[in-house]
Amino acid sequence: METAPKPSKDVPPKKNRLKAKRKKPRRYWDEETLTAAGASPGLPRNKKRNRELRPQRPKNTNIAKKSRVSRKPQLPKKPREGRNLEPQRSVSGAQDPFPGPAPVPVEAARKFRRIDKSKKLPHSKSKTRSRLEVAEAEEEEISIKAARSELLLAEEPGFLEGEDGEDTAKICQADIVEAVDIASAAKHFDLNLRQFGPYRLNYSPTGRHLAFGGHRGHVAALDWVTKRLMCEINVMEAVRDIRFLHSEALLAVAQNRWLHIYDNQGIELHCIRRCDRVTRLEFLPFHFLLATASETGFLTYLDVSVGKIVAALNARAGRLDVMTKNPYNAVIHLGHSNGTVSLWSPAMKEPLAKILCHRGGVRAVAVDSTGTYMATSGLDHQLKIFDLRGMFQPLSARTLPQGAGHLAFSQRGLLAAGMGDVVNIWAGQGKASPPSLEQPYLTHRLSGHVHGLQFCPFEDVLGVGHSGGITSMLVPGAAEPNFDGLESNPYRSQKQRQEWEVKALLEKVPAELICLDPRALAEVDVISLEQEKKERIERLGYDPEAKAPFQPKPKQKGRSSTASLVKRKRKVMDKEHRDKVRQSLEQQPQKQEKAKLPRARPSALDRFVR
Amino acid sequence: MKVKMLSRNPDNYVRETKLDLQRVPRNYDPTLHPFEVPREYVRALNATKLERVFAKPFLASLDGHRDGVNCMAKHPKSLATVLSGACDGEVRIWNLTKRKCIRTIQAHEGFVRGICTRFCGTSFFTVGDDKTVKQWKMDGPGYGEEEEPLHTILGKTVYTGIDHHWKEAVFATCGQQVDIWDEQRTSPICSMTWGFDSISSVKFNPIETFLLGSCASDRNIVLYDMRQATPLKKVILDMRTNTICWNPMEAFVFTAANEDYNLYTFDMRALDTPVMVHMDHVSAVLDVDYSPTGKEFVSASFDKSIRIFPVDKSRSREVYHTKRMQHVICVKWTSDSKYIMCGSDEMNIRLWKANASEKLGVLTSREKAAKDYNQKLKEKFQHHPHIKRIARHRHLPKSIYSQIQEQRIMKEARRRKEVNRLKHSKPGSVAIVSEKKKHVVAVVK
Repeated sequence: METAPKPSKDVPPKKNRLKAKRKKPRRYWDEETLTAAGASPGLPRNKKRNRELRPQRPKNTNIAKKSRVSRKPQLPKKPREGRNLEPQRSVSGAQDPFPGPAPVPVEAARKFRRIDKSKKLPHSKSKTRSRLEVAEAEEEEISIKAARSELLLAEEPGFLEGEDGEDTAKICQADIVEAVDIASAAKHFDLNLRQFGPYRLNYSPTGRHLAFGGHRGHVAALDWVTKRLMCEINVMEAVRDIRFLHSEALLAVAQNRWLHIYDNQGIELHCIRRCDRVTRLEFLPFHFLLATASETGFLTYLDVSVGKIVAALNARAGRLDVMTKNPYNAVIHLGHSNGTVSLWSPAMKEPLAKILCHRGGVRAVAVDSTGTYMATSGLDHQLKIFDLRGMFQPLSARTLPQGAGHLAFSQRGLLAAGMGDVVNIWAGQGKASPPSLEQPYLTHRLSGHVHGLQFCPFEDVLGVGHSGGITSMLVPGAAEPNFDGLESNPYRSQKQRQEWEVKALLEKVPAELICLDPRALAEVDVISLEQEKKERIERLGYDPEAKAPFQPKPKQKGRSSTASLVKRKRKVMDKEHRDKVRQSLEQQPQKQEKAKLPRARPSALDRFVR
Repeated sequence: MKVKMLSRNPDNYVRETKLDLQRVPRNYDPTLHPFEVPREYVRALNATKLERVFAKPFLASLDGHRDGVNCMAKHPKSLATVLSGACDGEVRIWNLTKRKCIRTIQAHEGFVRGICTRFCGTSFFTVGDDKTVKQWKMDGPGYGEEEEPLHTILGKTVYTGIDHHWKEAVFATCGQQVDIWDEQRTSPICSMTWGFDSISSVKFNPIETFLLGSCASDRNIVLYDMRQATPLKKVILDMRTNTICWNPMEAFVFTAANEDYNLYTFDMRALDTPVMVHMDHVSAVLDVDYSPTGKEFVSASFDKSIRIFPVDKSRSREVYHTKRMQHVICVKWTSDSKYIMCGSDEMNIRLWKANASEKLGVLTSREKAAKDYNQKLKEKFQHHPHIKRIARHRHLPKSIYSQIQEQRIMKEARRRKEVNRLKHSKPGSVAIVSEKKKHVVAVVK
């Protein structure tokens, strides 16, 4: 993050040179200060710290990264900080080569920004406005501080790069396993379980545990890092889906008839008969809701903390077997056989939105961890990526020879698709960009058809359940390298887990708060504000906040005759009127421009547009 | 091919021995903390509920008086000492840490009308129905000595209140007129009158120390400057004001406790409109005292309750009552701004927490951090209807509750009448008078 030019070692800085010209009496320590100033004390120290923090990073990439960062636009400096921009000189004559606070890249600060400044409150009072301004300034400062604290993150994400022109998709798992360290190589494994085939799998929220269920009734859970088996049972019934609840101690299994909940010993705790013929499960960890989609077409939300069914929604679209959650806002996405994807929240009987994605049925849906992109694949062999922020526009599409039956996003935005017995993985440019579908990042052929896909949280691993068992693939750069210890900690002890469980239950978010924009709760409710104001005016019979009509003040020296008073009053009224007209005139052309915006292709239906 | 896999060394994330603290690496990336607003909302809701659960404001009742407590005074130097005068002429000095009476003086015959301490804390003054002003030593008499006042001044009329100057050896009494006394003399330096009514209380301004305010039973509040021989100005309200109290932080602001159930905060420079009308009591307000921070004040009322108002809000934030507490006659906010004392008709002095759910005693740093965090959350989500409802809910005795309902109906009827009058008369012929201006009759200079 150093931006100031590094003073060279040979030539002393300008001021020191001047000093030398004047030939002041030299003290014995002058020599030392000169060399100290020339060698720029700040830089080597920082470099050292960088090396300490990121031990595994090769040297050349370090340099490349640094140059990239320095080219980034820097935050405009505040005037207060700008004052001490010019190098200050200390008593010894040494100057600070990097004066002022360390600059923060704009992008990093933007990631932490929460207040949307574009939204202005209508007719807010000056007191409120000033309070909001204070809050905004505070928020800006906090976001910069948070961005600065990113320097303290200990781990760097993984990567895979081909040497000049080498296609990374050609690199097979065996090569990767050979190239990486032993600990990482141990994360690649295959479980040959041909007997109970095809498998669905699920990683626990911390990424430490893996549960899988075979279609012929085989259910097992293990700590996949140490390969310690927690339980293994056969439920003697078809297993449709399997899901960990809020911790690794509870396991929900969608069996042929009913939904069952097991603990980590394999003991059946509950059989939930109100959820029958469940095909897919999703768990919303912050709401403690287990969403189930069933063959009968119902989407049911079960509150697992109290064991009550919160909502049972009829999707009216036949059998439901494509479901995913949006991790950003806990909205459930259902894919239907008519090519639409519908968005559901337990608070509403009707879908929040319906998106027509494909001609033909939707086979798989996945949403990335920021809630920005949705990937869908359909029977038309298309794979599409949608932007979920505004109008649900498709960003990119690609036809695949077979069509993808399963999709999954990783924490850093990699997209995996299972097509027959092949898994393709696409990567984007950065963390916040959609995956580009031109060139796959990795491909892998399995010993059976893919039946379930999930990226392991906080590990560069993709778990694939297929008809031949389970495969754990290595996907460098898939996972978030730095976890938050208070949120989901893969290394937590039992005591920490218990503490976390209590805290999480205390702040269980009510199901009614699920909506498309989870930040809406912190915004001003303008509509009900205006409604209240209207009601108040009605009740009082007058508007207490209305501006009083202008009353000219009486003036001295005989100038406050009635005529002149009226004249002055008229003058003010006319001015107000002129201002109003000017404002409305200014607004009109904007409206017309909006209406005249040329559309991509004129349609025959345009003649009916008013 | 260049490849790097994410590979963590568990030693960096797991504690070495059982005696160590657990390591908790943090990453503040917003994508790792989804639903921050809904979760904060739930936390705020929980914090608000817990605040109501822990709201136990009543600390102690000091009993010992043999008649209603009529007046109280704080010690200027010692937080633990408080003085009280009763209706039978008895003055008691209390120690709040021990919650015991440490001294009893039979000061007057009849009521002790007023009590005030000298700014140095070595002596205090009392006035009574027996037309005397007495100065007493704060320390008790030595062994074998008799309890005697330092000085006694015999007046011509009954004194109803007394207050001491904040810096000089001067005090003021009120009765038929406002008298300003030098401590060394037996006759007033000057006495000021404006009208012929009895004055019920007089208060020195703690910042502009030569300013005084008094309220009389002819419904007015009069302001005086000690350096002049005549009063400054007066404001006449609808009904009689019982006491006033100056804001200890803003020299020009004072609050008046009125008989019409309201309190009025005035800016001395513009008396024609009160800055704020504080409504919530359902009977006459008898006493008012400011918190040392100047942000809040407490009022005592005839309706057997005390209420705490923020200075800039018209509704109270807190109401305290008990089954046994009768008409509250005097109230004081202690100098550390943590406690409230009230003296009432049924001979008791009660000690309350100023912040009902506050935990007393030393807080650990984690407790303090949690408290601050919860406070900020409550502030952030205070306007959400669910949280607002829980934070505002107070249980009231039936008498107060039913009176509030009754008064609401009366007020609504009055407002409806006004709206109808406005609706059916020529536009502009009926002036709209705001609630603030309604109660001020006149300002005289």
